[in-house]
Amino acid sequence: MVRYLVSRVLQAAGVLWAAFTVSFGVLYLLPSDPVSMAASADNGTPVDAAAIAELQARYGLDQPVWTQYRNALGSAIRGDFGTSISTGQSVTDAIGAALPSTVVLASTALTAAVVGGTAVALLATYTRIGWLRNALLSVPPLGVAVPTFWVGLILLQVFSFRLKLVPAFGDQSIEHLILPAITLALPVSAVIAQVLAASLTSTWRQPFIEAARAKGASRLRIQMRHALRLSSIPAFTIAGVLVGSLLAGSVVVETVFSRAGIGRLTQMSVMAQDIPVVQGIVVFSAAVFVLVNLAVDLLYPLIDPRIVGARRRQGVAPEVERAPAAHDADLEVKALV
Amino acid sequence: MPLSSITASRRVVVALTASALAVGLTACGSDSSAATPAGGTPQPGGTLRYGLSQAPTCADPAQAGTNQTIYVARQIVDSLTDQNPDTGEIVPWLAESWDANADATQFTFRLRDGVTFSDGTPFTASSVKNNFDAIVHSIGGVKAPSAVGYLAGYTGTTVVDDHTAQVNFSAPNAPFLQATATLQLGLLSDKDAAKSAEERCAGDLSATGPFVLEDYQQDKSVTLVKRAGYSWGSDAFAHDGEAYLDRIEFSIVPESGVRTGSLASGQLDAISDALPQDAPQIEGAGGGILTTSNPGIPFGFQPNVTRGVLTDPAVRAALVPAINRQELVDTVLGPDFKPATSTLASATPGYAALDDVTYDPENAQRILDEAGWVPGAEGIRVKDGQQLSFPVLFSPVFAGNQAILELIQQQFRAVGVDLQLDLQSMPEQTARQNSGEYESSYYNSTRADGDILRTAFGLDGRNINRRGPIPQLDEVLTAQLTTTDPAARAELIRQAQQLVLDDGLWIPTVELSQAIGVGPNVQDLAFEASARLQFFDTWLSE
Repeated sequence: MVRYLVSRVLQAAGVLWAAFTVSFGVLYLLPSDPVSMAASADNGTPVDAAAIAELQARYGLDQPVWTQYRNALGSAIRGDFGTSISTGQSVTDAIGAALPSTVVLASTALTAAVVGGTAVALLATYTRIGWLRNALLSVPPLGVAVPTFWVGLILLQVFSFRLKLVPAFGDQSIEHLILPAITLALPVSAVIAQVLAASLTSTWRQPFIEAARAKGASRLRIQMRHALRLSSIPAFTIAGVLVGSLLAGSVVVETVFSRAGIGRLTQMSVMAQDIPVVQGIVVFSAAVFVLVNLAVDLLYPLIDPRIVGARRRQGVAPEVERAPAAHDADLEVKALV
Repeated sequence: MPLSSITASRRVVVALTASALAVGLTACGSDSSAATPAGGTPQPGGTLRYGLSQAPTCADPAQAGTNQTIYVARQIVDSLTDQNPDTGEIVPWLAESWDANADATQFTFRLRDGVTFSDGTPFTASSVKNNFDAIVHSIGGVKAPSAVGYLAGYTGTTVVDDHTAQVNFSAPNAPFLQATATLQLGLLSDKDAAKSAEERCAGDLSATGPFVLEDYQQDKSVTLVKRAGYSWGSDAFAHDGEAYLDRIEFSIVPESGVRTGSLASGQLDAISDALPQDAPQIEGAGGGILTTSNPGIPFGFQPNVTRGVLTDPAVRAALVPAINRQELVDTVLGPDFKPATSTLASATPGYAALDDVTYDPENAQRILDEAGWVPGAEGIRVKDGQQLSFPVLFSPVFAGNQAILELIQQQFRAVGVDLQLDLQSMPEQTARQNSGEYESSYYNSTRADGDILRTAFGLDGRNINRRGPIPQLDEVLTAQLTTTDPAARAELIRQAQQLVLDDGLWIPTVELSQAIGVGPNVQDLAFEASARLQFFDTWLSE
């Protein structure tokens, strides 16, 4: 177990380093640098070249790329991502200030998505009414297909501007959270429903379901006690991806609903080519992704004890055991779409 | 009562003294600073909820660049002088009176007595010195390009006595007087002036303005409260004493449809950047759209005279009459916008309409014919095997840019010129402008003084034209720097506008406008001379 954990932590560090390096490379290759950009914000006023040079020196932008990279990496390891070039705020502060809003939004949306997605999948695979089953199974592809931006605006139009039930912008209270959480949850719940429904369908064909049925268990009991538990593994496997899509979705949702979270910070700093902030966000997002995946791996044995056995035998991640199920689920998802 | 859009059309001139005469006025007698129709006697009190279209980048007036930043910072900071938005005249604010020496290298300001910063400290001549010194020596031109530009040649401020400050320059700087009316040269308390650029951005600033920063949360919201005991308002304000509003709450609402919906449903009282298509919804809810056109350089093409077909002066001259500016306004922008009529926008002091900026496609064809550009394949003219084709570098910094240029592309095509659109991000446009890799660049620039012609077209500026000396033009641009007589300076600026056009250094298209959506309860929300919002006289009815 310790060896396993150490190898996972090393892997995680590798992922973070790669995220940092790739984002540094991409930002370095962009044509302008943020200092010249800030200096030319007002087109009419000429800026002293010496002043630009001095400021570039202050941000280390005059150093050779290798030195810039080494310095940035060294500071990042100590948790220091420097200061935002466009606002002068420290990157850690900027992310810290934006984080609570996004955490509240994303966790509410995730909860709603898990509940909604699971409910649709359970109902679709449980019902024996053909048309209902088909209708329920066609909801998730629709949920994935509609653009978040459009859904957000429609919800605002109806519930805020017309019915005046909830405020349209800001992030001060629970009321402000309802519409953005629904908007963000929609595509995520659709993915959960798709994967879970596919997995449930394939689980129902497994021999142990027959055994349970032979023992006299009802359909409902089999669905809830036997099928759901095993079928949730592929859904867990994509948890990291889901958290990623929540972060990505927050860029659009936070802009539409005027929430000052990580998503909007990302959008603004990319527009301003604010390299330190963008790097901070990339590394932060990668860290979240890595941690979620690690947590998921550690949770597998709680869901399916067979996985612990596999790990003991091999001393590595349980890919071998879970691969067939995930693979089946993938095929089913494709078939559904 | 439905509100129609009110366009503030101003023909303004700079005046050196408070009683200066107005010269060169071509006023069309339209409404002055935009405001809703009188809704009775102003009532003090209330909170105005305002929706900004972008987050302010920084709380510091000296570093303020974007309109959204200025809308906030303008309310908390006073300047030495103010500029009357109707006449362009410079009027007293924190300075009661002033004079300049003959060659505009020394300006003496006599300051109002009894003014205090919101932290309780008094405003004195050394505050002026501390602020200007800090802008030049510690904030610097990259963080505060406008402010440092206004202080070009600054050698220091002499504190003659507590209420007399003498600002000195190494070279003539006549436009400095107008610059003292801008937000960027607004005055902070001595403690705040001494802070670093980054600290100044973070809010928590004390100034002398009619509103005080109560809460500044970067990227999130800003709350201002009325300054109790404020009694030193500018002569351009409509009333004396304190501001009417108790509080102003700025929220950042980036999505335009959400701003409009929030205004129409009563969740906001006023919003930035109301689009033409949003007008029916706002007017349907009893509100209106206030517009004013920006002073400065209107949108236009700035040719690189060292590259491609634009090296030929005849081509540059032919492009001016080839553009149907009224069609651009009617088709793309709507009634709140105006076609450009000169190389300066009509709201700029010293503006003069130029006859040559007129749509006349036959004239464009004739100029090109005479210069030897003959019709070639696919309707594009050729000369010595070279096609009459050039690219324009632009960025989507103004939402209408692409549609405008696509229409101009068709208009040019009608006279045999091929225009290629080179859409880039703002940083890329800036980088390319600095490196000279463009044949023409499309943008605009806001300033309520004709000196903008020198910064945009002078040899000592960024010289996006990449031009060599043009003695006549260079002489006029330098002369206006040393001329303090308003009438004489307006004449020089008129000549400069004509010369910039004649030398083919700017091909003007349309003027930029600001459009502010207001709810039915908002009264007397006004634009100051640089087309930015002033909330001092604003009040809420109902």
